[in-house]
Amino acid sequence: MSTEVATPYEPVAVDSTTGLLSWVSTVDHKRVGILYILLAVFFLLVGGVEAVLIRTQLAIPNNTFLSPEVFNQLFTMHGTTMVFLVGMPFFTGFSNYLVPLMIGAKDVAFPRLNAMSFWMLPFGAFLLYFSFFTGAAPNAGWFSYAPLSTKPYSLGPGIDYWIVGLVVMGVGSIAGAINIVATVLCMRAPGMSLQRVPLFVWIMLMQAMLIVVTIPPLNSALALLSVDRWLEAAFFEPVRGGSVLLWQHFFWIFGHPEVYVFALPAFAMVSEVIPVFSRKPIYGYAFVAGSSTIILLLSYSVWAHHMFAVGLGTSANIFFSAMTMLIALPTGVKIFNWTATMWGGSIRFTTSMLFAIAFLIQFVIGGLTGVMFAAVPIDWQMTDTYFVVAHFHYVLIGGVVFAIFAATYYWFPKMTGRMLDEKLGKWQFWLWLVGFNGTFMVQHFLGAMGMPRRVYTYADNPGWALLNGISSASVLFMVAGTLVLIWNIVSSLRHGQVAGNNPWDGFTLEWATTSPPPETNFDKLPEIKSRRPVWDQQHPDLADWKFAKTPADSGSRPDRAKVCAWAFVISEAVFFVLLLVTYVVFNSQATGDGPTAESALDVRRTGIFSLFLLASSLTFFFSEWCLRTSRRGAFLFWLATTILLGITFLCGQGWEYYGLIANDVTIDRNLFASTFFTVTGFHGLHVTAGLIALAIMFTLGRQNHLTQEHAKPYGAIGVYWHFVDVVWILVFSIIYLGVFQS
Amino acid sequence: MFPVFQPESPEAQAIYDLFLLVLGISAVIFIIVAGLIGIALWRGRNREAMPKQDFGSEKREIYWMVGPILVILWITAISAKLILTANAIPKIHPSNGESEAADLTVTGHQWWWEIEHNDSGIVEANEIYIPTGKKLRVKLQSADVIHCFWVPQLARKMDVIPGRENYIWLEAAKPGTYQGRCAEYCGNQHAWMNFKVYALTPDEFAKWEEGRHEPPSSPAESDAVEGEKIFFAHTCLNCHTVEGTIAKATIGPNLTRIASRKELAGGAIENSSENLALWLKNPQAIKPGCKMPDFKLTDEEARKVAAYLESLD
Repeated sequence: MSTEVATPYEPVAVDSTTGLLSWVSTVDHKRVGILYILLAVFFLLVGGVEAVLIRTQLAIPNNTFLSPEVFNQLFTMHGTTMVFLVGMPFFTGFSNYLVPLMIGAKDVAFPRLNAMSFWMLPFGAFLLYFSFFTGAAPNAGWFSYAPLSTKPYSLGPGIDYWIVGLVVMGVGSIAGAINIVATVLCMRAPGMSLQRVPLFVWIMLMQAMLIVVTIPPLNSALALLSVDRWLEAAFFEPVRGGSVLLWQHFFWIFGHPEVYVFALPAFAMVSEVIPVFSRKPIYGYAFVAGSSTIILLLSYSVWAHHMFAVGLGTSANIFFSAMTMLIALPTGVKIFNWTATMWGGSIRFTTSMLFAIAFLIQFVIGGLTGVMFAAVPIDWQMTDTYFVVAHFHYVLIGGVVFAIFAATYYWFPKMTGRMLDEKLGKWQFWLWLVGFNGTFMVQHFLGAMGMPRRVYTYADNPGWALLNGISSASVLFMVAGTLVLIWNIVSSLRHGQVAGNNPWDGFTLEWATTSPPPETNFDKLPEIKSRRPVWDQQHPDLADWKFAKTPADSGSRPDRAKVCAWAFVISEAVFFVLLLVTYVVFNSQATGDGPTAESALDVRRTGIFSLFLLASSLTFFFSEWCLRTSRRGAFLFWLATTILLGITFLCGQGWEYYGLIANDVTIDRNLFASTFFTVTGFHGLHVTAGLIALAIMFTLGRQNHLTQEHAKPYGAIGVYWHFVDVVWILVFSIIYLGVFQS
Repeated sequence: MFPVFQPESPEAQAIYDLFLLVLGISAVIFIIVAGLIGIALWRGRNREAMPKQDFGSEKREIYWMVGPILVILWITAISAKLILTANAIPKIHPSNGESEAADLTVTGHQWWWEIEHNDSGIVEANEIYIPTGKKLRVKLQSADVIHCFWVPQLARKMDVIPGRENYIWLEAAKPGTYQGRCAEYCGNQHAWMNFKVYALTPDEFAKWEEGRHEPPSSPAESDAVEGEKIFFAHTCLNCHTVEGTIAKATIGPNLTRIASRKELAGGAIENSSENLALWLKNPQAIKPGCKMPDFKLTDEEARKVAAYLESLD
């Protein structure tokens, strides 16, 4: 047996840096970032057209411009597009581009994973938008409440495309977020401690962690909905024991933190823009950073404020009201920090700064109406009316989109080497300011006038036509502003003023390199001794490290394969926890109908097969130990054993499934069967995926490509494999042993 | 014009008062914050010299959190108080202590409201007659998807959810007509699921109840007589009830006393002979996607059936 190490497999390098193929095959974080942003811009236009159509239909009472069917598809697609194909890609794009630069790294932790994450988006978008061609785009609203989204009420394929599109896009989002987490934790340049990272980086780290834990509940909900729709289970069918509210709980456990997935990057962006254009450091870095972390944690305790009108009960309403009020504090207090940053500053009213200032005012308005909603009785009048439409558009457009515009004018020079024209920029700003406020301020009043949301038309009630007309007409200003922006981008790319390294006198590392940066980002990194390394370099007598000490960088960085594995495992854990919660919810009371865990399952047999699976964790541990100590033969032996043990477990599961199905215990039989097959089925899929990964490792090992230096990434796979075992222990305890029953 | 700001019941009044208070607090906060931002920008607009590099002050940040914390605690407390004291989620009926009893049972359908008065057995569609000054317990349920029962001048909104019963109080302080709407997207015709609440003085209400208990008079006019024949010959009675006749189905709205209604089709059209004939001729043209199929009536037949229905008052 040869003991030489074969040369590691090198992917074929694409020669050119120009041309379509170089963009399609790129793994450079800067290009991937730009691809994300281009996708977001494209879908901003698509979602914007959907909005224009909606507002045209609503411009006058009893309008017949759109049929109700088309209108309902449009508002569903508008919401879904803006959330998943505009908001998230914009932020992932900026994050991808800027985070490695700001921490002095050459690229993200996993460049190829990064590219794959991007390409999931156009794929998912294609699946989602293909539904229009089938004549039935999804039409149950972007939150797709059950039972409207279940089979008897939504028979067409629209919802199915929605489900599949979202799952695909969600995979991309989670993968992208894991990459950012690993990048920030593992790839920082020497001197760049976590205390010194730009606020943009810290907040994007918080956002990435949020995504890792927030998308899985959506996946759990989508899993249940698809099993209901395609396999005729009854998770959301009350007549057969299901619960309609279960969808709402799961969706909003995703949905509320999701809005912080948008809000946090907006905060990140203005936290960079405002200090530079005030020529001062951010006031209270620690508070801004810390409050972002608190938001991350608190965002999981407020979800039912979307359900105040559902009738959850006094205690639930009071609890969620209090938590929602609480989360307003770390969010709102940042406004003081940004104001204090500008206080005493030397303000430069660039287009970017104008957008940031408008962000502040508009976000405060949106935030204050949010506090109104947190006062539950007010919610009882205002929810599901145009008052809430106004509220969330104020935070999402007035806040988030304006912050994106600020970021665009600020970082466009870095990304392209050219400045955007300031005069055109000011035109865009004023058009958007007038258009946005014109469209949405009046909607507060429409809500108080009793206009519900998601109506395709309305009667000629006094005042409704006038305000709806103003709202619709104002859209034209936003359209005009968008055209100005696009023109600005196109003409600046060609004739814009050359930017140079640091046109704004910015503070952070991205301004220490050329515009655009070279492929490996930095020819030479400045010394990093504070939170503003480029400021220190440009203004040595006012250098931060002289006046505001930050602790020295310990230099230690976690292993990126381990970080990736743990982040992935945490995200999958959330997914499984919710599926197990579903099992407990539907099996904690004996309903008397049909098979139950006690009657249908052979606990002893499955217990034996479980031992095989648990043993495979032990054998994996041995194989890892052998790899680390370079004992190739033993390593291969233990790895092969692990795989065989895993296969044995799956065979046992197959045997069990066969027996159940032969006895008419199929997934649609009753809620026990539905939850049983869903939980164990997804677990089995995870085992299978793990086995495939292990088989790949075995093949690489046989070909001598795995050596001692690969022990760490190999161990990362082990984290996943052990996780799959831990999940099974939980599944076995809950389903087979029924530990949740008293 | 602003039903949320024109409360006509104690509960709606209490919510309105809370809203004004929070609005006032918000206005003050906004003025302070916008003012500070404006001052900072104004002062900094022409500053040439390099500003002092101020990194912040932990003490000051803690101080300026005190105000917001107090405001938040205050608003949380008063809204919690209103949740509790308004007894907005009734558990116990005031007179008999059972948790199941209700004065009205409201069932949401795609896309109309069915109301049953539990004591008198009167069934209505898309309108609710109530006596003033009485706190009525309303049971809310759904026949299909989630809807939301909302009469902004009289009460909070409450979802109607299949598989679940919700309860609210409904009370009108004075006589009048109050607009109700569905406030949860429920499919194609969510926009036309409006209803009206008619609050009558107790005497008038008693008279109304009596009138409802009388069987409908037989149609006299020839068109209406022929219309009645068509109504019962076609499949109308497979979906609709007309009390006092053999039509007893509950799939579609109850048509008893339909002539006295001001609106039809969940508010999509005003009630008139012409509109009713148009509706009968082609319901899908007025409320596309609604569950009433096109029965391919001729103009004549539609006119006559409309005449029959307009005789039911």
